[in-house]
Amino acid sequence: MRKITLSKAVNEALAEEMRHDESVIILGEDVAEAGTPFKVLSGLVEEFGTDRVIDTPISEPGFMGIGVGAAMTGMRPVVDLMFGDFIFLIMDQLCNQAAKTHYMSGGKLNVPLVLRTNMGATRRSAAQHSQSLHAIVAHIPGLKVAMPSSAYEAKGLLKTAIRDDNPVVIFEDKLMYQDSAEVPEEEYSIPFGEACVKREGTDITLIGTSSMVQVCEKAAEMLQAVGISAEVIDPRTIVPLDEKTLVESAKKTGRVIVVDEGHQSFGVTSEIASRINEKAFYHLDAPTTRMGAMDVPIPFSPALEDITVPTPERVFEQAKKLVSGELIDAA
Amino acid sequence: MSNSKRKLSADEAMRMFRQMVRIRTFENNANQLYLSAKMPGLTHMYSGEEAVAVGICEALLPTDKITSTHRGHGHCVAKGADFKAMFCELLGKEEGYCRGKGGSMHIADQSNGNLGANAIVGGSMGIATGAALTSKLKKTGDVAVCFFGDGATAQGLMYEVMNMAALWNLPVIYACENNGYSEYTKTEEIAAGSITARAEAFGIESYQVDGQDVIAVNELSQKLVDRARKGEGPFFLELMTYRYHGHHVGDINREYYRAKDEEADWKENRDPIIRMRAWLVENGYATEEALDELHKEVTEDAENAVEYALNAPYPDVSEVDMHVYTDVKHVLA
Ligand SMILES: Cc1ncc(C[n+]2csc(CCOP(=O)(O)OP(=O)(O)O)c2C)c(N)n1
Ligand SMILES: [Mg+2]
Repeated sequence: MRKITLSKAVNEALAEEMRHDESVIILGEDVAEAGTPFKVLSGLVEEFGTDRVIDTPISEPGFMGIGVGAAMTGMRPVVDLMFGDFIFLIMDQLCNQAAKTHYMSGGKLNVPLVLRTNMGATRRSAAQHSQSLHAIVAHIPGLKVAMPSSAYEAKGLLKTAIRDDNPVVIFEDKLMYQDSAEVPEEEYSIPFGEACVKREGTDITLIGTSSMVQVCEKAAEMLQAVGISAEVIDPRTIVPLDEKTLVESAKKTGRVIVVDEGHQSFGVTSEIASRINEKAFYHLDAPTTRMGAMDVPIPFSPALEDITVPTPERVFEQAKKLVSGELIDAA
Repeated sequence: MSNSKRKLSADEAMRMFRQMVRIRTFENNANQLYLSAKMPGLTHMYSGEEAVAVGICEALLPTDKITSTHRGHGHCVAKGADFKAMFCELLGKEEGYCRGKGGSMHIADQSNGNLGANAIVGGSMGIATGAALTSKLKKTGDVAVCFFGDGATAQGLMYEVMNMAALWNLPVIYACENNGYSEYTKTEEIAAGSITARAEAFGIESYQVDGQDVIAVNELSQKLVDRARKGEGPFFLELMTYRYHGHHVGDINREYYRAKDEEADWKENRDPIIRMRAWLVENGYATEEALDELHKEVTEDAENAVEYALNAPYPDVSEVDMHVYTDVKHVLA
């Protein structure tokens, strides 16, 4: 099968959906001629014109609000937020407006909007351009949250997101834009709420989101070399969450590590770990453990930044401890 | 070059020139560090805009406050920062202004009243206005200057804080560095109407100034800073300027949004350093030889600082969980 970059996969998903449905538009900073600083949208304005690929001023709450209003009245906007960190600027429009409109209107108004943004540290971009803030969005009822782990997922999930009648937030890992994966030529989509078992195993389950799927896969390779069989699961969407697949795997292996790039406290790892504890407790041989980004703002210095996020080596070490029954330090 | 009504002293004139040369030299070295892959991440060059930061900061006292932007090295140098601590910060070293935690986009120099660069466009407008509120309430006499780009005028926060600053007569000066672009987009495509008229709508006295003329910028700043200190603020400045490099150091092929001729015109015909150099010589403030000597000194100073920073140690990894809270030494201990 052909391989394309995650960036190209996103671009293709948008182009296909824009061809299918004239109400799909893109709104954001430098999305048109510049094709975004990551060059993800290159070529779209040439095909669809500036009425559908719309450059905005640096007014995030403004264009997000315009996106919400347009979505409520017949458009299907894909709002481009250049860095995930800027989500804090649009919180009211996203969480008070987009998320609640359907509910508050008693089911009468819809907000079919997609917010595409990114996440991920170790790019030396410091504390305001490196955060992974998906947990904050996932906390708000009414929003769906997708986290593609490769080009294949990026395309399939984005197509589903655009066709969804609810507000969906997609977090792409900005370090993965140039990573390639096999992506079919023909159209496809990936349903929300269906986890993907990336690798089957029997001794321990590694649940990873976004780029942490690769981290888990690498750790699984290292574990195999020492005779430990690890299962790797990618939930693909954290809202809705495919609890069933995760819990079944936990019951099978009896040990789970949840790996996610958001801050460890009050995050996605905590949520998934507690669901596993609630539903698989009597099948577990070890406490379910969380591995997230360190609970500190992301530092600039490479000497510090690299130790703030989970790595294959650290997942490997943690998995070995869990499998050998070594007591895990609660901290 | 504007004909100053007040005669500048030789000291003042030479200091402004030196500070502009220091900024340009700093940036040339920072760019080189990027190109030679010695600097982590990206950085935004201030080259071309020196007269703005220097003209304004030379009208301020060390205790006056400024807030800076992602394009912040110029503000930092102009407010009195030291090359070594700046280069150390750019390289993520322990002796950097922020112990390597901030980097280029968060450089702050509290000892000289620089409350910090900011990686959120427009993110410092509240901070500068808040610093002005402190000045008013504590009667410190400090003036706060908020530097921001033309692109940042699209942020709603600006209009909220200007309204309050005007209502409360705060000693803050909003300094809009209009370099014609925000990222890869021309200002006229992102800003409707007039920028100064927006401030005027709040009753804020506003001026548009040639940001390549350091003496004009300084003269106006002196007046406004004095008046702000007396409680006659706030004020708004739109400084017409130009960035010589790309949006950031990696933005090299940029002809699709900005013509080479346009860049050449600004560099050759309106350069703030070339203009002031000619003015200094013409008016008898310095000889060509003395100015060459000054250039040489600054160049050596910068090269030494770069060398120092390259060899300086990174922070110890144990620092990673320090400074999250003021009252907890290691938050993860
Ligand atoms: C809130 C926010 N939105 C977008 C960005 C990305 N960004 C960084 S600099 C920039 C352009 C800023 O233009 P301007 O204010 O004119 O400053 P200049 O770079 O020209 O000095 C943009 C869009 C950001 N850092 N923060
Ligand atoms: Mg600008």
